[in-house]
Amino acid sequence: MRTRLITALVAGLPLAASAQSQFNLTQGVTDISNRVYDLHMTIFYICCIIGVIVFGAMFWSMFRHRKSKGRKPATFHENVKVEIAWTIVPFLILVGMAIPATSTLIAMEDVSESEVTVLVTGSQWKWHYRYFDHEVEYFSLLATPRDQITNRLDKGENYLLEVDRPLVIPTGKKVRFLITSDDVIHSWWVPAFAVKKDANPGFINEAWTRVDEPGIYRGQCAELCGKDHGYMPVVVIAKEPAEYEAWITEQETIQREAKEEEQRLLSMSMSMEELMELGERVYLGSCAACHQPNGQGIPGVFPSLVGTEMVKNDIPGHIDIVVNGKNGTAMQAFANQLSLREIAAVVTYERNAWGNDTGDIVQAADVNEYVNQ
Amino acid sequence: MSTVVGEMDHHDHHHHAPSGITRWLFTTNHKDIGSLYLWFSFIMFLVGGSMAMVIRAELFQPGLQLVEPHFFNQMTTVHGLIMVFGAVMPAFTGLANWMVPLMIGAPDMALPRMNNWSFWILPFAFAILLASLFMEGGGPAFGWTFYAPLSTTYSGDSTALFVFSVHIMGISSIMGAINVIVTIMNMRAPGMTYMKMPLFVWTWFITAFLLIAVMPVLAGAVTMVLTDKYFGTSFFDAAGGGDPVMFQHIFWFFGHPEVYIMILPSFGIVSAIIPAFSRKPLFGYASMVYATAAIAGLSFLVWAHHMFTTGMPVFAELFFMYCTMLISVPTGVKVFNWVATMWRGSISFETPMLFALAFVILFTIGGFSGLMLAITPVDFQYHDTYFVVAHFHYVLVSGAIFSIMAAAYYWLPKWTGHMYDENLGRWHFWCSLISVNVLFFPMHFVGLAGMPRRIPDYALQFADINQIVSIGGFAFGLSQLIFLWLVIKCVRGGEKAPAKPWEGAEGLEWTVDSPAPYHTFETPPQVK
Repeated sequence: MRTRLITALVAGLPLAASAQSQFNLTQGVTDISNRVYDLHMTIFYICCIIGVIVFGAMFWSMFRHRKSKGRKPATFHENVKVEIAWTIVPFLILVGMAIPATSTLIAMEDVSESEVTVLVTGSQWKWHYRYFDHEVEYFSLLATPRDQITNRLDKGENYLLEVDRPLVIPTGKKVRFLITSDDVIHSWWVPAFAVKKDANPGFINEAWTRVDEPGIYRGQCAELCGKDHGYMPVVVIAKEPAEYEAWITEQETIQREAKEEEQRLLSMSMSMEELMELGERVYLGSCAACHQPNGQGIPGVFPSLVGTEMVKNDIPGHIDIVVNGKNGTAMQAFANQLSLREIAAVVTYERNAWGNDTGDIVQAADVNEYVNQ
Repeated sequence: MSTVVGEMDHHDHHHHAPSGITRWLFTTNHKDIGSLYLWFSFIMFLVGGSMAMVIRAELFQPGLQLVEPHFFNQMTTVHGLIMVFGAVMPAFTGLANWMVPLMIGAPDMALPRMNNWSFWILPFAFAILLASLFMEGGGPAFGWTFYAPLSTTYSGDSTALFVFSVHIMGISSIMGAINVIVTIMNMRAPGMTYMKMPLFVWTWFITAFLLIAVMPVLAGAVTMVLTDKYFGTSFFDAAGGGDPVMFQHIFWFFGHPEVYIMILPSFGIVSAIIPAFSRKPLFGYASMVYATAAIAGLSFLVWAHHMFTTGMPVFAELFFMYCTMLISVPTGVKVFNWVATMWRGSISFETPMLFALAFVILFTIGGFSGLMLAITPVDFQYHDTYFVVAHFHYVLVSGAIFSIMAAAYYWLPKWTGHMYDENLGRWHFWCSLISVNVLFFPMHFVGLAGMPRRIPDYALQFADINQIVSIGGFAFGLSQLIFLWLVIKCVRGGEKAPAKPWEGAEGLEWTVDSPAPYHTFETPPQVK
């Protein structure tokens, strides 16, 4: 088995060297990611060579210097020259490894002269992107349907690696990412760019990339961030600069109009049916991960919303906690994530679903008071 | 020294062990306490292993089949805590208890009553930890590294129990370490100079200093987590002027020496077994001692290589990369010395030797991936993927645990007075060897291909390899039952073992009968 393991290791090399392997690091699509890949392969080969020599000597002994072959043991037990040699030679090999590693690292950490800046904010369990030079920001959530995760539907090609709204960046430009978090530590990782940086609450980290090939690149959160850590993918679309400009301008217009529309709709009232329908959709998208689809939460971790004092009797408290979150818990402020209409709908839904049946109706205008407090 | 010996002669005339449950509860005998530690660690190994089975069962296929993500996180967390603090560390302490006095010609550990206490608080620590799983909201679910603020603001109420339990484990370890140091410094037989001590004694001596240095740091870390969560402090909360990354610095300042705490005694074990079955003295004894000390020293300078992605200054990244790479020099020296010990020996392949040889090869593979992980720019890709999981399981399972198995086989005749069943031993070895590689080797591949660790569900391209890994996991778990059966069989009977069952073995432990009498070396032997 041990011999086979090593032969398998060596025989596997050409296989391992192919680009988008199931068995090896991706080469990625940036200059940096290629340098990282080369460094990875170089060190891997050096380890293999050392392994062949050391294990070779060991197996030689195991086969040739056996008691069952009547070998009489030698008695030597030290040799200063040999011992000095095998201290110094590995050291020199290490120096040889450290030189390219150092230059790659310095290049990776040089975030100067970037052309586009995106603020990346992690929160349980989604990413938020905000463009610095444009009035564009949005959340990016897992798009894989719940039924695929629970095996009620067949899994799609990009199972767990798909989001509703990917990050869009231009090709050929140095894009800088400012990375932070709203709650626990997350880690923003796109293997094809060789970018992995922790999102620390209260601090901002920097990373950068320059992608030359347009395409869709997928990654995941890489730091344990609670229950749904496995359901927090990163998807980045790299577009030609002209296409990117068109996209970002369009987004800017859409977002501005949505805000104006929202203000205009404040005076309008929605019916119970409309609120319940929209509320259920929002609830399943934003609330059910913690409070569960049946509203009962997870005892001791996430509170139940069924028949509690707040849901039954406290409308202001209820709106307030959805809008502003609750400090020191996983309950986030949803004011920036959901529209006024959506918050009104989800509060209405929670007060009337699962047998709560309070009959309360909350409208966007009611919510607006708490947002602008 | 002479006064101690005189006193012994007065007291201990009865050479039979007391019987019944009180023998074990009140014992101050290093052999009894050693056995208690070893049995306890084996039970914890099975408990932690069954949690690994839950993890592997859930990961057998993509999608959620058996457990919820929140419970999955509890399993990975408690699996890690139990294996580190409940299985590997107590196993080494058990071996130290049994073997250090026998190897240095001492009648017992220096502080026998403290020895009793340092063992008997452990079951309580783990009872508390395991009980927390049954609380409302479940047990700790923030990973065995309990990074803040996931373990503070965002954790469940079991955190208090977790902190309390880690405190008890820490106290137990510190007391154990003090005992080892005091014993080695004061109770060596006449003529046993430091540079004549067996390497197992040396490596444990150095390990004990590491333990005393870092367990208080862990205690500090958990205490800060406790006060941040319950008493309104902000050590790790930026909103109150703290820093969540500071937690990681403190944790890994404990955590990296901790890694060596779990491997240095292995080096000592393997350095006893390879010469014995090569029938040739250990090559480069002195350089082995210096290499161990060098590894221990460097272990305090490399902690932040666990944190390359947290956003450190380039200078710090370079410093920690260079220091980490340096560790491979003394580690390499050790491996070369073992190979040179075998070279032109007269080798035979009894089970202890098989495990020791597997240790050398598989630990070295873990060392290679460790060297790859040290290279900061590439670590950005490896960090927090299954590549890391593969790496540390190679050094901890096929490293530390294989060496513990090797030690158990090597000294079982001394402990029980019977030879173990060599056939069963070989079965255990080959099943373990094959399954451990089926279990951990493919993890390198999924890790490189981009699968993050600590996820209950994964993308479809990882499915095939995860299935293989899970099968290896179940096979490895089942293989350990062979060992349990073998040990029970060996304790209950078998071929009578001579005082020195291994032709090439050296050391004072082989000069006493098998099984080792309840009291040994009441008159210290003279070492030449």
